[in-house]
Amino acid sequence: MKRMKEIVLPGDEVRVDKLKPRQGVRKVGGTYISTYLGVLQKSDEYIDVIPFTSPYIPRKGDRVIGKVIDVGPSMWILDINSPYTTLLHMNDSPWRVNSGDLKKFLYPGEWVYAKIMSVNGIKESWITLKDVGLRKLDGGAIITMPYTKVPRIIGKKGNMINMIKDTLHTRIIVGQNGLIWLDGSPENVEIAIDTLELIQKLAHGEGLTDYIKEYLEKRRGDIVGNSK
Amino acid sequence: MPRDELGILSEIKKNFILRKLSDGVRGDGRKFDEFREISIQTNYVPRAAGSAMVTIGKTRILAGVKIEIGEPFPDTPNQGVLTTNVELLPISFPTFESGPPNEVSIEISRVVDRGIREGKTIELKDLVIEEGKKVWIVFIDIDVLDVDGNIFDACNLGAVAALRTAVIPGEAHGFKDAKLPVNNTPVSVTFAKLGDWIVADPTIEEEQMSSARVTVTTTEDGHIRAMQKGLSGTFTWKEIEDAINTSIRLGKEIREKYLQGV
Amino acid sequence: MTLLGTASDIKLINDDGLRLDGRGFDELRPIKIEVNVLNRADGSAYIEWGGNKILVGVYGPREAYPKHSQNINKAFVRARYSMAAFSVDERKRPGPDRRSIEISKVVSEALESAIIVEQFPRAEIDVFIEVLQADAGTRIAGLTASSVAVAAAGIPMRDLVVGCTAGKADGQVLLDLSKEEDNFGQADIPFAILPKTGEVVLMQMDGDLTVEEMSKAHSMLDKALKHIYNLQREALSKSFTDVVAQWGE
Repeated sequence: MKRMKEIVLPGDEVRVDKLKPRQGVRKVGGTYISTYLGVLQKSDEYIDVIPFTSPYIPRKGDRVIGKVIDVGPSMWILDINSPYTTLLHMNDSPWRVNSGDLKKFLYPGEWVYAKIMSVNGIKESWITLKDVGLRKLDGGAIITMPYTKVPRIIGKKGNMINMIKDTLHTRIIVGQNGLIWLDGSPENVEIAIDTLELIQKLAHGEGLTDYIKEYLEKRRGDIVGNSK
Repeated sequence: MPRDELGILSEIKKNFILRKLSDGVRGDGRKFDEFREISIQTNYVPRAAGSAMVTIGKTRILAGVKIEIGEPFPDTPNQGVLTTNVELLPISFPTFESGPPNEVSIEISRVVDRGIREGKTIELKDLVIEEGKKVWIVFIDIDVLDVDGNIFDACNLGAVAALRTAVIPGEAHGFKDAKLPVNNTPVSVTFAKLGDWIVADPTIEEEQMSSARVTVTTTEDGHIRAMQKGLSGTFTWKEIEDAINTSIRLGKEIREKYLQGV
Repeated sequence: MTLLGTASDIKLINDDGLRLDGRGFDELRPIKIEVNVLNRADGSAYIEWGGNKILVGVYGPREAYPKHSQNINKAFVRARYSMAAFSVDERKRPGPDRRSIEISKVVSEALESAIIVEQFPRAEIDVFIEVLQADAGTRIAGLTASSVAVAAAGIPMRDLVVGCTAGKADGQVLLDLSKEEDNFGQADIPFAILPKTGEVVLMQMDGDLTVEEMSKAHSMLDKALKHIYNLQREALSKSFTDVVAQWGE
């Protein structure tokens, strides 16, 4: 169960067989080549190279966590843990904002959970707060993970993250850009962070969900708010 | 080349050049291993110890040699000193700026310097006046005046021609004036890779669309004295070997045709 | 770089046909590579190669600054090669000199040939190469470590870059010149390739070589680069398998 998936390096040939190559695979001549240092992941249909870590590039539709770093007359500029900053126009916020009044609603240093609305060819992107679940994030703590680990943190149909939330009575929002917001009792948030870091470290092994379940069981005594 | 001058070549012109290359001809009708017309006018600046105005096609540089007395480097007390500096003058190209040497001019200077130095054009041991104390310092300064590609080879020719005509200004220091002793004649040949084609003596258009560059400097004995690969494209080893052999052949032709009489 | 006019009759090969440090003509010095040695960098590597000790940190891709330097088609790769003041026998004045500026340029270009720069318009990738101790062949050791650090940063690449030097000293073509062979020899060839295809991404040479000697040098390099590439692979794989080895503790 503790087996590591196959590691590939940039330039290594990827044997695609009947699968469709997707992330981290490029065709050169007649062969498929990995572009990342990562592990080979095969599903029924696709073959991907999942990099151990990689810079997050905005993709349309991604739900991300961002920090306001600057405010203009009609737009906020946000850092989304990416080489590229993103923009939030006042009309895409949930508030009635007058031009020049933006700081009344969001100030540099504050955080939002937003959706990427559009990205252009040179990676300029715009986000919106107008959708279910999107909002300004008040309080809580933010941690950073490689965005490539997010699918493991969420798990199949959300089973991993829901297990953590339920066991630890903690509110958690996982941005697809690798930023994670946690809110709950400090003790439980601390355990949640330990757990997430463990997932990050072991993301490329197999049998992870059971392992994390055992881990949370072991720390049961530290959790605040459990009924006896 | 400064970054912002790349990409000014229109797609139409690029396609024209590439199509002609696939027919075996370059944009200006030359063969892949053919130089443009070269001219060398020595003693252009009589105030210098030696000088040469060089054109390759429309590329034009002026090389000047000054020779002064100075101290040797502490680790080479029995040798004169040679320094080479290339200035990309702002009059020569729209994006060249005045100011301290940038990485482009430093690279050209150092490649030209290595050709001259390792080609043993001058024997630095001949430039000692008093061991450990007084030596002749040979300054080669090259001004790039007009850019139409292949600054490397123009600067190399200018440096060699200026050295071959240089006179040590002895009289000013109580000696006799004497011709600077020169030995070998290193000639550099620069190649650019455009698509899968490799051409010698690239024009500025060819440089702007090239992915990689290699310069090979050889001497009359057929030996390799300096090499420099540049830009982010790649060469196969076969292409490098071809460049070496072509450089030896073209170097011989250039030496005989343009430098013999200098 | 070879020093012109320094006595080339200095004996660098002993009577047993070995080099002063006991190596054969085509033998490398010991090489050790470690990955992810820095906390804050996006990717990092450390290399020991003979007496060379070199640390590389990769930052980026990040939006290029100043803004007018941005290229809308690709990231640009900015390697900065720098030698510590105490890295060489005589103190080196800190800051870039002409040699390090040239090295930074050719190393940047060599790395760019491996990185898929088109994926990061407007960005720059900074690669800081700090030579802590220099012992000949620093630029290719730094480049070899840099490509490992770039891969560790999760930056997409066509291939790694692997480098080595060959040269000539005491009349013999030699692999991986030592400091003495570099100083008192007749030629030096820093050389780097994309290991999967053998494409040349960095090549410099100065000195005096015949075509045959160059060809011999290349055969030596070709063989050595395969070995060094394996060291790069091992270092990169190990940095991540180690994590899994802790599994279950």
